[in-house]
Amino acid sequence: MSAPLSGPVLVLLDHHDDAVRPSVLELLTAARSFGAPVHGVWFGDGLEGALDALAGAGVEQVHRVGGLGDAAHLAAPAGDAVAEVATLARASALLVTSTFENKELATRVGVRTRAGVVVDADDVALEDGRVVAEKTVFAGTWTTRCVVTTPLAVVALKAGSIQAEPAPAPSTPQVVDVHVTPSGQGRVATLVERTERPASVRPELSEAQVVVAGGRGTNGDFSAVEELADVLGGAVGATRVATDEGWIGHDAQIGQTGVTVAPRLYIGAGISGAVHHRGGMQASGTIVAVNSDPESPIFEIADFGIVGDLFTVLPQAAAELRRLQG
Amino acid sequence: MRIVVCVKHVPDIQSDRTLGADGRVVRDGGDGTLNELDENAVEAALELAATDKGSEVVALTVGPPDAEDAARRALQMGADAAVHVLDDAVAGSDVFATATVLAAAIRRVGAAGPVDLVVTGMAALDGLTSMLPVALAAELDLPALTLAAEVAVDGGAVRVRRELDSASEVLSAPLPALVSVTDQANEPRYPNFKGILAARKKRVEVLTLADLGVDPATVGTAGARTQVVGAAARPVRENRVLVTDDGTAGLKLAAYLVERKLV
Ligand SMILES: Cc1cc2nc3c(=O)[nH]c(=O)nc-3n(C[C@H](O)[C@H](O)[C@H](O)COP(=O)(O)OP(=O)(O)OC[C@H]3O[C@@H](n4cnc5c(N)ncnc54)[C@H](O)[C@@H]3O)c2cc1C
Ligand SMILES: Cc1cc2nc3c(=O)[nH]c(=O)nc-3n(C[C@H](O)[C@H](O)[C@H](O)COP(=O)(O)OP(=O)(O)OC[C@H]3O[C@@H](n4cnc5c(N)ncnc54)[C@H](O)[C@@H]3O)c2cc1C
Repeated sequence: MSAPLSGPVLVLLDHHDDAVRPSVLELLTAARSFGAPVHGVWFGDGLEGALDALAGAGVEQVHRVGGLGDAAHLAAPAGDAVAEVATLARASALLVTSTFENKELATRVGVRTRAGVVVDADDVALEDGRVVAEKTVFAGTWTTRCVVTTPLAVVALKAGSIQAEPAPAPSTPQVVDVHVTPSGQGRVATLVERTERPASVRPELSEAQVVVAGGRGTNGDFSAVEELADVLGGAVGATRVATDEGWIGHDAQIGQTGVTVAPRLYIGAGISGAVHHRGGMQASGTIVAVNSDPESPIFEIADFGIVGDLFTVLPQAAAELRRLQG
Repeated sequence: MRIVVCVKHVPDIQSDRTLGADGRVVRDGGDGTLNELDENAVEAALELAATDKGSEVVALTVGPPDAEDAARRALQMGADAAVHVLDDAVAGSDVFATATVLAAAIRRVGAAGPVDLVVTGMAALDGLTSMLPVALAAELDLPALTLAAEVAVDGGAVRVRRELDSASEVLSAPLPALVSVTDQANEPRYPNFKGILAARKKRVEVLTLADLGVDPATVGTAGARTQVVGAAARPVRENRVLVTDDGTAGLKLAAYLVERKLV
């Protein structure tokens, strides 16, 4: 084991009501590997219902931030609050799940504390007392390793990058209440309206182990894509063409301007494999492509490619998998 | 209204992009372009300027000599003026240093008349961090309204709608403010012949760190809070299989998934 960190590792505890998001358990697993005490930061209500899960993941202290109200959804006030917690706790590292919102929060923490920030990381480790993050860049074609050289290291880790494991022994998390007042008036944005999207019955796209995605080739009929996703217990994704056409919600868009996914299994159907799309899925474990055009660029990166009609191939695969599952 | 729009010159994403031994992007390929997503930013700036007579749009870029092309492209689309911060010391900057330099340049533009709005793209297609807008807003002490799918300015305030993974939001703030726009915000115009001719007559103002009063030790590799210690091209996927459907491809797919323990 290399030199330890001087202070605790702080983890942003994203949650839906009183349930922590699955990716948080991955962050906590990474945090424990640093050999320093693991702390969490929680915004708003519901913490009591999550304490068991946090104990199982070895969290020693939870900093519960109240008093922000809706402003907790905005990067500036939320980031300022996390910066305050990190400073008070003398944290050496902060780990968050890499979403657009959290990347902004992490940036704000970086501005406030002068911490170095690495986002979209696939892996993070402590080496010789320094936080080292690994990330794939350029549409999944390159891997880089970055050392954070500041006393506080901030890393945004992509969901699904590492396997969540329970702590060897559960902890008894101490809850510390932190009350922050939204900073002054004037130079801040106000949240006029926020409409939560109803939660899907399928797994969250960015966190799913299996993603089945459809493109223009579906011609608007996503039933075959959805059927296969459901047999595999996966999430449904799409290309921008499909979301622009209104065939499926914009939140299903995979790619450089949508969600980045790195599931164990990605299946793309009726998708040509444009570089903008590849940027959001090329780091997936196994890539399967079904496309009627043998010249489609998606085949260049597919582990298993099928030249064929998605409307026959997908239902046949779904039926066979159901049969095998008995 | 005076609007500054930030534009970045990036390697063409259709080209083979590489990283050097120092972990920095190889930017001498000559096949760089204006970051596609910044075309949306320029378009948004031009559309907002058109709603307020006498508005001015200034395009701003920080980057190596080639980055002038990005500024030129913005001029061709219709920006009134352009600024290019060019200084070897900037190379290797992280997001925070880039924000420091952009902020200094925006303050300088502001010295000639207050800047009401800063517009950026949602991400640069090379670094792709989407961190810069928040860092820049913090540097300038401006409210940040990021990832706008719709943006409007009315009565001295800016209002945006944004679509996040789990929610749809409307944000508003008094001017001056910073807005980052997504590719959903608009359909960028293509420079027409008139625009291209007009751009020829416009000058891209070149500034150094000294002009901006930025200490070179705080930016570039020297000021970076992160250090790239390794970069390698990912191996191409091996053992790839391609089958043509003969009526049993679905069965083969199921068997493949089972064999690979993916179900
Ligand atoms: C700035 C910018 C950002 C972008 N960001 C994104 C992004 O984040 N995500 C994204 O996805 N795109 C993005 N795009 C768009 C991207 O460039 C492509 O246009 C898009 O990904 C193509 O979608 P597609 O594969 O569904 O459609 P197409 O390219 O039209 O491909 C459809 C494919 O379906 C196949 N097909 C047709 N019928 C069948 C059938 N019955 N069975 C099997 N195959 C069939 C065809 O052979 C074809 O290969 C972006 C573009 C720009 C300019
Ligand atoms: C592959 C790669 C990974 C990187 N990862 C990190 C990281 O994890 N952490 C980190 O601190 N730095 C990172 N960097 C460095 C970072 O990309 C640069 O500092 C860059 O100048 C700003 O970030 P961005 O390109 O990601 O911009 P984004 O935040 O994605 O860009 C958003 C918008 O900001 C504006 N903008 C960005 N750069 C400029 C510019 N030079 N001139 C004018 N406008 C601009 C544009 O309007 C753009 O649309 C990385 C760089 C590369 C090449």
